[in-house]
Amino acid sequence: MFIHSVTLDADKCMGCATCIRHCPMEAIRVRNGKAFILSERCIDCGECIRVCPHKAKKAVFDKWEDNAGKFKYRVALPAPTLYGQFNNLDDVDYVLTGLKRLGFDMVFEVSRAAEIVSDYTRKLITSGELKTPVISSACPVVVRLIRARFPHLCDHVLPILAPIHLAAAIARREAMESTGLPSGDIGIFFISPCPAKSTDVRMPVGLEKSDVDCVISIADIYKDLLKQMNKVTTPEMLSHSGLVGIGWATSGGESAGLLEEKYLAADGIDQVIKILEELEDEKLRDLEFIELNACPGGCVGGAAVVENPFVAKARIQLLRKYLPVSRNKFTGRDTKGTEIGWTSSLEYVPDAPLSDDMTEAVKKLQHIEELTKTLPGLDCGACGAPTCHALAEDIVRGKAHRTDCLFILKARLEELFGEVRGGIAPKTGDKEQ
Amino acid sequence: MRRAALSRVPENLKLHYIVDGDDFTSAGAASGDTKKVLRQLGADPEVIRKVAISMYEGEINMVIHANGGVIDVEISPELVTMVLADHGPGIPDVNAAMQEGFSTAPDRIRNLGFGAGMGLPNMKKYSDSMKIDTEVGVGTTITMTVRMK
Repeated sequence: MFIHSVTLDADKCMGCATCIRHCPMEAIRVRNGKAFILSERCIDCGECIRVCPHKAKKAVFDKWEDNAGKFKYRVALPAPTLYGQFNNLDDVDYVLTGLKRLGFDMVFEVSRAAEIVSDYTRKLITSGELKTPVISSACPVVVRLIRARFPHLCDHVLPILAPIHLAAAIARREAMESTGLPSGDIGIFFISPCPAKSTDVRMPVGLEKSDVDCVISIADIYKDLLKQMNKVTTPEMLSHSGLVGIGWATSGGESAGLLEEKYLAADGIDQVIKILEELEDEKLRDLEFIELNACPGGCVGGAAVVENPFVAKARIQLLRKYLPVSRNKFTGRDTKGTEIGWTSSLEYVPDAPLSDDMTEAVKKLQHIEELTKTLPGLDCGACGAPTCHALAEDIVRGKAHRTDCLFILKARLEELFGEVRGGIAPKTGDKEQ
Repeated sequence: MRRAALSRVPENLKLHYIVDGDDFTSAGAASGDTKKVLRQLGADPEVIRKVAISMYEGEINMVIHANGGVIDVEISPELVTMVLADHGPGIPDVNAAMQEGFSTAPDRIRNLGFGAGMGLPNMKKYSDSMKIDTEVGVGTTITMTVRMK
């Protein structure tokens, strides 16, 4: 069963077909005037949320109000992106103190775990154990994209926990130690810039179960947090991160923390796919590390943020100034003995196989190619599929008909009634078999 | 007859830091700690900012260029004194080094935002006094003061 955090509000959907054309996985279709997501193909990148003109695409998160009461002790894990959402902020401690005033008992910055991951990754890359170029596993969208579409790159993905999972594991241990409470009484709340992390927590890759209990969106908590922050006169000294950890919020930040030069950092899902294709063609052999972020600008561009990603990036740059380089290391003291490596390796799982049988699959593919040639080739989306090729595939899978294509339909009408005026396509009649 | 009043001068607070030249990731820890101490003492925010920035820049320089060194901070009710001493290569041309934009930092740390060439100029800007003692092949000692408000 697939659990996704990107969903559709059918009441607001106008069936305009904008989202289907922007989905990088061609995972959306419009049927009967409403969009729906093919859950086996969705990677929760949030592009449809960004482009929907009617605000019909939404990300599902947990709500603080609904979940706070379920735990005796509540720990907030703020993503460093949160720090870039505020105007006139010169000290991260205002954000952390504000979180405590909101009702969290403890705050553990995700940027701390990010520094531990950076430290460990530096050591791992130097050891030469990994296949280069190494691809970061911090962005859950990228990991799922590789798992579904790039089988030869699966063993290039850095097999260690993304900072959020590491942070949750360490925070849980710290909370249990300091309170003496059992694990079930401790609620770990991640304050997230994106829906993909929401899905990632419920269905993690590389680990059995995440230590995160709830994922709250930055957008949901923003107003109440700001109110509390404005009341703070002297913040508590809660931050324990350096400029490396906080820099992870922006594209290039993770790579810079490796203190290496042979790296590439790309952001935005279209560029990410292009880079992965180049990697697959073995065009980037000189590089050691590849940082890929599905969202524009990095995590600051997540679908659940409040501020423009580049404004947030500029603010984070200022917040990082004069901070110690790194305040957390891969040591027993900082990790509290938690495991940092993945417990299972990344296996290729194609998202939409044509058939389990190779002969059958080849036949179907041929049929798809032939069908595509009979279609207008406009990729207009009026049939509800993103491209003519996708419609052909849907037809072969038995999910659609040729007459879903308006131009094919028009040609049929013309056969019956003579020329029908209007439309932009050339006559398709002569293309038919 | 008036008795001369005897005043007891309290010991100034002395902080001593060893800056590890091999571990770039720990750079900034010393100035971060001094900042924390000044906050706990309730020092004026402007004073804290000046000390934090000037000491930070000196500490980073020490790690990047001099392979580490020692920092001694003395805090009295009137003055903060910072002495940064290393046995690094020394600064061949101090005037050139004091120019904004002049940097000899390696590329790999420029990605983190360092190497803009504002280190020494910032140290001069944010401290109330700065003295540079340097000898090529021997080392560098920089002494800075910031007055308390």
